[in-house]
Amino acid sequence: MSLSTALPLPDTAPAQKKSGRRTAGARGPWGYTVAGIAILAVLLFPLYWMLNVSLQPSGSAAQTSWFPFSLSFEGYATAFSDQGANLMTSLVISVGSVVVSLLIAAPAAYALATFKVPGAGIVLFGILISQMIPGIVVANALYSAYNDLGLLNSIPGLILANSSAGIPFGILIMRSFMASIPPSLTEAARMDGAGPIRAFFSIILPISRNALITAGMFTFLFTWGDFLFALTLTTNADVRPITLGLYQYIGTYVSDWSTVMAAAVLSSVPAVVLLVLAQRYIAAGVTGGAVK
Amino acid sequence: MADTQQRAGGATSAARPAGPEVEEPRPRRTSTRSRERLLQIGFLVPAVVYMLLFFGYPVVQNALMGFQRYTTRTFVTGEAPWVGLDNYREVIGSSVFTKAAVNTVLFTVGSIAGQFVIGLAIALFFRKRFPLSGLLRSLLLLPWLIPLIAASAVWRWILDKDTGVLNQVLGGLGVTDANPGWLTSTSLALITVVAINIWIGIPFNTTILYGGLQDIPEELYEAAALDGATRWRAFRHVTWPLLRPVVTVVLVLGVVYTLKALDIILGLTQGGPANSTQTIATQSYNLSFQEFDFGQGAAAGNILIVVSLVFAVLYLRANRRALDE
Repeated sequence: MSLSTALPLPDTAPAQKKSGRRTAGARGPWGYTVAGIAILAVLLFPLYWMLNVSLQPSGSAAQTSWFPFSLSFEGYATAFSDQGANLMTSLVISVGSVVVSLLIAAPAAYALATFKVPGAGIVLFGILISQMIPGIVVANALYSAYNDLGLLNSIPGLILANSSAGIPFGILIMRSFMASIPPSLTEAARMDGAGPIRAFFSIILPISRNALITAGMFTFLFTWGDFLFALTLTTNADVRPITLGLYQYIGTYVSDWSTVMAAAVLSSVPAVVLLVLAQRYIAAGVTGGAVK
Repeated sequence: MADTQQRAGGATSAARPAGPEVEEPRPRRTSTRSRERLLQIGFLVPAVVYMLLFFGYPVVQNALMGFQRYTTRTFVTGEAPWVGLDNYREVIGSSVFTKAAVNTVLFTVGSIAGQFVIGLAIALFFRKRFPLSGLLRSLLLLPWLIPLIAASAVWRWILDKDTGVLNQVLGGLGVTDANPGWLTSTSLALITVVAINIWIGIPFNTTILYGGLQDIPEELYEAAALDGATRWRAFRHVTWPLLRPVVTVVLVLGVVYTLKALDIILGLTQGGPANSTQTIATQSYNLSFQEFDFGQGAAAGNILIVVSLVFAVLYLRANRRALDE
């Protein structure tokens, strides 16, 4: 799930090195484009199939058509009425986890990037080690702790648990960005009498906007896609994220695949939307010269 | 990693109390300075507290739980008697464990090998500049960004024994009429799960390796071409050695993440049929959350942490030695 300590960063992606890149060879540039589209078509086929099945009427199970010629939104109607509340739950938990993660990770990233605080190296090492701890181990211990604290089946409980993906990730990403901010920028403010907190809020955070967006976006996706904490830290239907809703769909005998696929499509919408937004930030970052 | 360790070592010697009273003699300036130091530490405190609560505590708690007997009644009475190594003896002695351990190795090695080789091939392909390459590269990320459960749902439908599209196509082409149960046959399920996990990991591998390839200066290839190097020789003598640090990162992260992978297996097969896709991670989940034996679940989880740590240390050390030579 948190497969991502080293993601494509809008801020640090080496996209600006256009001059050094090879141009396509003898086959002509469009030959490569065709090959590239073919690779993508194979890899994205399952996603196409998800969309295709979701748009077909259910019940015609014997032979699924390759294209949704007989367009039907029945699947979406059922999925919405079954899973609408779960989608909302996921949205609330994901936004909450973005807020918590950024609030905790941004100051820490700044401290690790610029202050020579005692123990900073240990903290960083701890963050790297934390990536090796299986989620099931965390869930195993949190279950009884949450049971005692009354945090099972609660939104705050899931927000806190899910931030365990976003916080280390956010610290690593924002730290490398903030380390590249020239100290002269904050020094000027410090001369004018601003304390470290003021300098952080009025100078560092605005400059680090892109890193914050990247960290926030991925935290959102980690939490939105979380399944393990949803599965282990809830015991009833009071609080049920969409991933768990989908799991219960496929766990029982499935007769209505178009509804299941419609729910899967709905659960994939944030990934698609954010991928489009991230593209925009990559482009803006490169052309605006705001990178590095 | 080496850098962090060094910094960690350096930092411990500097970890003296930073309270204002320590440097009293020089009054005004030092007190603002140590106040500032306290403020700086304040920036780190929330993150440190969080990491201790949500990573430190679970690790310590699991280590303890591994020596305790948990039952469903434990959550009512709070009684979890100490049982020494019983949990470990039972987990390792159980018939499922050997199977789960072998499956964990096969799942991890198979997934990593597939993801890495295909990911590297696609990254090398995208090194060429061609129309739409940027767009195609970002679309490639999609399978990896959607929830794993959504991905497993669609794969289950594609691979469905009787009505799935894969068997429809295979039957239509006359390859097989037998309708293989990709996820329901004990001999196929593990291979299928590995294949799907490869599919999920390709975007991650491609993206990071592509980033590494971009950092190799073009002049080196030009020089190699002048020397008459073939494509393969250029890859062997220019690309591979320079890409090595990135390869290390990809492989170590890949193994660490794959060892603990749980969602995808639960979504596809729940460890079945007949434990044929059971791994140590899924076994830990089953013991704790299906059988409510949190002690044994913790023991299995601890075994997983140890394997993960040992692997990371061994690999990093071997790699450093290879680089030193």
